[in-house]
Amino acid sequence: MSKHHVSATINGEAVEYLCETQQTLLDVLRDELGLTGSKEGCGSGDCGACSVMLNGRLVCSCLVLGVEAAGAEVATIEGVAQGNSLHPLQQQFLEDAALQCGICTPGFIVAAKALLERNSNPTETEIRYWLAGNLCRCTGYDKIIRAVMGAATNMRQEARHG
Amino acid sequence: MGNEKQTFIKNPTFKWVGTRPVRPDGMDKVTGRAAFGADYQLPGMLVGEVVRSPHAHARIKSIDVSAARALAGVHAVVTAEDFPDLPSEIAAGGEAPINFRDVSHNVIARHKALYEGHAVAAVAATTAAIAAHAVALIKVNYEVLPHVIDVREAMRDNAPLLHDDLFTTGIDPQPTTPSNIAGRTQFVLGDIAQGFAEADIIVEREYTTQPVHQGYIEPHACAAAMGADGMATIWTSSQGHFMVREFCAKLLKVEIGQIRVIPAEIGGGFGGKTTVYLEPLAMALARQSGRPVKMVMTRSEVFRASGPTSGTHVWVKLGAKRNGTLTAGEMILKYQAGAYPGSPAMLGGMTGFAPYDLKHAKAVCYDVVSNRPKCAAYRAPGAPMAAFGVESALDEIAQQLGLDPLELRAMNAAKAGTRALYGPKFLEIGYAETLAAAKAHPHYSAPLGPNQGRGIASGFWFNIGGQSSAAVHVNEDGTAEVVTGNPDIGGSRASMAMMAAEVLGIDLAKVKPIIGDTAQIAYSFLTGGSRVTFATGMAVVEAAQDTVRQLRERAAKLWKVEFAEVEWRDGMAYCTRTTEEPRAPLSMAAIAHSCAKTGGPISGTASINASGAGPGFGTHLCDVEVDPETGAVKILRYTAIQDVGRAIHPSYVEGQLQGGAVQGIGWALNEEYIYDQQGRLLNPGFLDYRMPVASDLPMIDTVLVEVPNPGHPFGVRGVGEVPIVPPLAAVANAVSRAIGIRMTDLPLSPPRILATIDRAKRST
Repeated sequence: MSKHHVSATINGEAVEYLCETQQTLLDVLRDELGLTGSKEGCGSGDCGACSVMLNGRLVCSCLVLGVEAAGAEVATIEGVAQGNSLHPLQQQFLEDAALQCGICTPGFIVAAKALLERNSNPTETEIRYWLAGNLCRCTGYDKIIRAVMGAATNMRQEARHG
Repeated sequence: MGNEKQTFIKNPTFKWVGTRPVRPDGMDKVTGRAAFGADYQLPGMLVGEVVRSPHAHARIKSIDVSAARALAGVHAVVTAEDFPDLPSEIAAGGEAPINFRDVSHNVIARHKALYEGHAVAAVAATTAAIAAHAVALIKVNYEVLPHVIDVREAMRDNAPLLHDDLFTTGIDPQPTTPSNIAGRTQFVLGDIAQGFAEADIIVEREYTTQPVHQGYIEPHACAAAMGADGMATIWTSSQGHFMVREFCAKLLKVEIGQIRVIPAEIGGGFGGKTTVYLEPLAMALARQSGRPVKMVMTRSEVFRASGPTSGTHVWVKLGAKRNGTLTAGEMILKYQAGAYPGSPAMLGGMTGFAPYDLKHAKAVCYDVVSNRPKCAAYRAPGAPMAAFGVESALDEIAQQLGLDPLELRAMNAAKAGTRALYGPKFLEIGYAETLAAAKAHPHYSAPLGPNQGRGIASGFWFNIGGQSSAAVHVNEDGTAEVVTGNPDIGGSRASMAMMAAEVLGIDLAKVKPIIGDTAQIAYSFLTGGSRVTFATGMAVVEAAQDTVRQLRERAAKLWKVEFAEVEWRDGMAYCTRTTEEPRAPLSMAAIAHSCAKTGGPISGTASINASGAGPGFGTHLCDVEVDPETGAVKILRYTAIQDVGRAIHPSYVEGQLQGGAVQGIGWALNEEYIYDQQGRLLNPGFLDYRMPVASDLPMIDTVLVEVPNPGHPFGVRGVGEVPIVPPLAAVANAVSRAIGIRMTDLPLSPPRILATIDRAKRST
């Protein structure tokens, strides 16, 4: 069977790729485009390690087909930092030691960024429920939740002063 | 310093140890650049897939691979026939003895499949779709055999036998008929009959725990390439690339020197990545095809064919005097090993009573095989289940005697000089200090409302040392690389860099920690046993001390003075000769810059077999609220307190306590394997295997108690495993107190709690 030719925008850049019908967006990102920052922890939408933004919506890229991204805007972990300048969430994850092994970290950062874009001042409970679709087995979530709260504070202050 | 014996640094003022810098590998991990096991791509790489048994127990009568081989795009197919048939022999392993025949049979089934998901063949093809098609084309002719899942059923005389050559060890005379009981071990201290005769009250209970998976978010993944010269390279995510090299060499019967293993970043292990599953298959497929092969497990494969830790049945009897003094303890532990011998039953027997000064104690441990995946190490292997029993029984004693559960523990706490049931006398330990810290914590006096309960439990883990290597390379500009051979599973690179910077006296930013592959650094035992910051850290300290010695020698040469006249302080050489003009201090950069004139590159090394690991103790406080309508348990507060010796990077030590506690909470409340009548796993995914998520939990408070380990230059104790030991009992004790009924079977899932509450209501 021949492959599909797909055009999409990924992290702001126009991209074309070929994919098989059954390949997921996650397969395409990782295997066809070399964007391996999105991880596959389950392949069933339960762990959130493959979280990306698809047309402004937070999705598990393992549950989206590569062909479904035709014409879409996709944002992945690779596009979160601006060059060498880290996003406040990334900076806060580092400063708060909010990662141990780091495999879930890209998904958490993409998901947390989506939260802060719609709610700049979430409560701890709101953060915990928003991130309930992202599994972390190392940290017990404590430092992750604190890092998101800390980044939110920093971003609000930045917005006020910036 | 030089090669003098390690001495503990007393009353220190540290520059880096105890601070919280950003980890050196952090940038790559928050930006998605870090390369984990599945992230490698090589030219011409094939995709490997595994054919797995759909049966819990079956004889493999034949395997027809011809149709798969004939499929276009398929480049290799392997079965057990492609691996040497190894003899059964117990080799000394790092943490536990290893029978490489069993490892081999577990990697690829020979003659019999012993659990659903057991690998029976593997294929390599140009695409995942073709590989999946090839898997479907492989025809395995099975004779389905009766199976057994439960540990106590497996111990019965008429149980289906997994191995007809398994004769129970540890019984004299050894049985002449095979059984599923692989071994019996016992530990005895004093005279329990006398001890129980001295008791005023005795609590005797049976406890059960379910097998739980380590649950690392990264599935097993590797890539292997093999050249025509027979040299193999393996890229893999594991807890020990030297372990992978050794196991692959054994299983494929090649020399260790023919394999180079390159460690990927590891996405969690918790003990589950201390063995091989895919690597030997990938290597065999690469050898047959002549092309690189990548293999990645699906989550379902991870659940069905890797890990977990044992499900257990533990009987505990504890005796105490009216004032709370414990007089005797006895335990019988039955642990599921999975399909091959090697459960951590013995470790359960060794650890359960370890926090207490018991004059009379006994533990009998049974290692039992059944038709489940072979268990793998999981964080303090075997200890949480034994502690669940002992700490629950203690809670009942406290209730019956009307004693504060912390007081009861403090009254009986092991201290320096206490002899443990498993043999040794403890040196400096900090158990009593954790109890005092628990008592002083505001958590312990927080008010409780209706349907709420507070649970207390403690736990012990040995921690280990062992073989490690480290090298410190001084660069031309005075920066340095610190090379070690242990995969960094939770931030250990930060600790390695900090310890090196401390000894060298230079800025942390000038030290770059690297994890060398098997060809770049000398042997290092795997990342496990809470050993890395202790043992590999000790190697780093010695390598850095060796480097300082060389720097002093070079400075002495440049200054034309005696070695003894050069002092090293704050990253600089100072000349102490006072009879001549004072010499300006030399920086590490200055000495490095002129190294060609003084003898060439400067590089310190150390290869050690570290002894003196300090045992670890922890005490956890847990508050829960039980919903009487649904049986759901909400964790209200949780505090983990532990003697950590000395925290090199306190944030990552706290993280170990928090993560271990939460894994234990999952074990206590929800995680379990559910099998159908045919012995097939019904919940091999994260939706139905319910690990804790962020919304299940409160913040996890921690208290780091520091009773330095005299066996380490900075006082380090291993910290990673202790925190999973107390939570099972801490949660169960809290639930038991909240509902007024003693809970002895895990998990404490809503249906089980609801049924318990309903039963109690009906009987009153």
